[in-house]
Amino acid sequence: MRTAAGPRVTPALVGSARVTGAPMEGPASSFPHIPGSWRSWLWLAVPLLFVAVFFAYPLAQIGAQSFQDKYGAGVGLANWQYELSSAAVQKATAATLKIAALSTLGALLLGTFIALALSFVPFRGAGLVTRLIETVVSFPSFLIPLAFSILYGRTGVVNSVLGQLAPGLPALNFVNDVPGVVLAEVAFYTPFVVRPLLAVFSQLPRELLDVAGSLGSGPLAIVRTVILPAGLPALAASAGLTFLLTMNEFGIILFTGAKNVMTLPMLIYTRSIVTFDMPSAAVIACIQVALSLGVYCLYRWTYKKLSGANHAAAR
Amino acid sequence: MLSTMKKSRRAAPAAGHPTPAAAVVPENAVELRDVSVSYGTTVALSGLSLAVARGETVALLGPSGSGKSTALKAIAGFERPCSGRVVLDGVDVTDASPARRGIGVVVQQYALFPHMRVDANVAYGLKARRMPKPEIAARVKVMLEMVGMEGHAHKLPRQLSGGQQQRVAIARALAIRPQVLLLDEPLSALDASLRAEMLLELKALRAELPDIAMVYVTHDQSEALTLADRIAVMRNARLEEIGTAEQLYSRPAGAFTAKFLGGASLLPAISTTVVPDGGAMGSVLAGAHRMKAVAPFAVNPGGRVLVAVRPHAWKLAAGSPAAAAGWAGDGAGDGYTVNSLPGRVESVQWRGAGHRLQVDLIGLSERVTVDLPAMAAVPAPGDLVVLTVEPQHAVLVPAGEL
Repeated sequence: MRTAAGPRVTPALVGSARVTGAPMEGPASSFPHIPGSWRSWLWLAVPLLFVAVFFAYPLAQIGAQSFQDKYGAGVGLANWQYELSSAAVQKATAATLKIAALSTLGALLLGTFIALALSFVPFRGAGLVTRLIETVVSFPSFLIPLAFSILYGRTGVVNSVLGQLAPGLPALNFVNDVPGVVLAEVAFYTPFVVRPLLAVFSQLPRELLDVAGSLGSGPLAIVRTVILPAGLPALAASAGLTFLLTMNEFGIILFTGAKNVMTLPMLIYTRSIVTFDMPSAAVIACIQVALSLGVYCLYRWTYKKLSGANHAAAR
Repeated sequence: MLSTMKKSRRAAPAAGHPTPAAAVVPENAVELRDVSVSYGTTVALSGLSLAVARGETVALLGPSGSGKSTALKAIAGFERPCSGRVVLDGVDVTDASPARRGIGVVVQQYALFPHMRVDANVAYGLKARRMPKPEIAARVKVMLEMVGMEGHAHKLPRQLSGGQQQRVAIARALAIRPQVLLLDEPLSALDASLRAEMLLELKALRAELPDIAMVYVTHDQSEALTLADRIAVMRNARLEEIGTAEQLYSRPAGAFTAKFLGGASLLPAISTTVVPDGGAMGSVLAGAHRMKAVAPFAVNPGGRVLVAVRPHAWKLAAGSPAAAAGWAGDGAGDGYTVNSLPGRVESVQWRGAGHRLQVDLIGLSERVTVDLPAMAAVPAPGDLVVLTVEPQHAVLVPAGEL
């Protein structure tokens, strides 16, 4: 059987190997290599069509609606003027940025600490902890606020116990406000910081740390002068990603039931689903998109600057 | 390159060191007292005792997994011994962190901090010691001049060649003015020509640092022979043998050292004479062949030994093919000249500076390596030859396992 199978496989392998070096013979192997071929455009057309139908057109529709009234009549910049001067939109924008900044900061601090501990402090079960942290990424984001509500909500487990132990004490009440949202987002997005840092730290040569130690640096100095600089691009990437994701976060805020926390995504939801004010929702969505793009550009610029910082230092 | 490195040698860092005459200091800069290191159930270093005097270079030589790098890590404090003590300048530092040992370390891949410029790398240890900034700048300048890298102070490590990176690593290690410099295979990442060049530079640098004790880890015998005052041969996590290069090369005390240091061929033999303790010329029978060799230890008749012969010590007897034909019949020989062994050439390898032959000895079932000088007549594979060796170039070693 093996003898018979060998010759059948070999010519195919030889043939495929020959394609790279030999002139193209059949159409099946030649068209991807001919620039300008109509077949190349065909390959490009499918993803382009998908992007156009499911992304560009809806986005254009949102943009167009922001210049129309409820009945589809053009109103120029009236919607924009109204929404940009609206206190609700301004407050929501500020709240969105504030929560995203606090969550990102928290995730960075906690994530860096966890990644350092998992990478450089050997302990039993480090692998298990890493797997658990990775598992959190696969959860839907609303699970965290749900768990927070069960544990720390007004009628949650902790308040029930506290109520029995010390009836006079005021109930814990942070889950449905900014601290609750920030804590939930920190809990959910910390793995987004931990994972890339673990990858970077695992690549860090042990000799660097040994030599730094032999030159007189203690553990904290080694973290500050050797480990964190090596992880800086990964930290910047994680910070950018976390800020973007937390800025656009919807599920966590919805599930905390935070009436006092009105972010841009929540405002868009309210205007479009609750009050059916589509033009207003479209304007706020455009603001949200502009903010996201701005943060993304800032992230790219920072990352490029950090990556090229070493080159600059050399000059 | 060498000239640039030599340029500022007068500014050697050892200038500020206390000399033995200026202060009473222990003779040994490094002492390992029965040090063992284990990783779980794996013993990486077993009961190593070793002393390195001030101003001495000791090379730890051995194959991979012999424990030489582990010994160096134990000295540096990178590995905690499970037993034994590490003493530096008479002070027990077994429990001290690497930061408190004041040792300069140069590792195989140099371990330069990639985000720091060359000058910042050299200044690293000085900053860690909170030295005033003006002094740091001055010391960095001196160090970079010493290794001929002053023109590269503002470059990043990745902009340097391997040899340049190694110089920076040495400057960084010496900047803190250590009493002990540890080098862990510092040349192994370099290509052959650069390695030879850097070896000479290291030897020159060594001469400029008379007070520093150096421990040099390598698996390359030529590096050890060139640089070391003494060589410690390591094997299977243990110290096999220690001595000067001359001692180990000419009079190895064990089969492993004879084989590893100089690639000696080892012929099993049985002693036919009494050799008193202290050494003399001994007679042995290698198969049916009578041989005379230096016996550095006491041997009794009937005792099993190995005859160690270096590849370059073998000579081809004149008229070899005809002479060997007489041996080839039964392979037993009939009293031919002492230290003459017939064989058949198995392979011939041209090595530029000469030829290397692999010869299967007739009647001994042993294959020996023979190095012939460049101008010598070279037999062809399959030819019968007679190999001879001067008795003083053959050494008896105890018949231990290889």
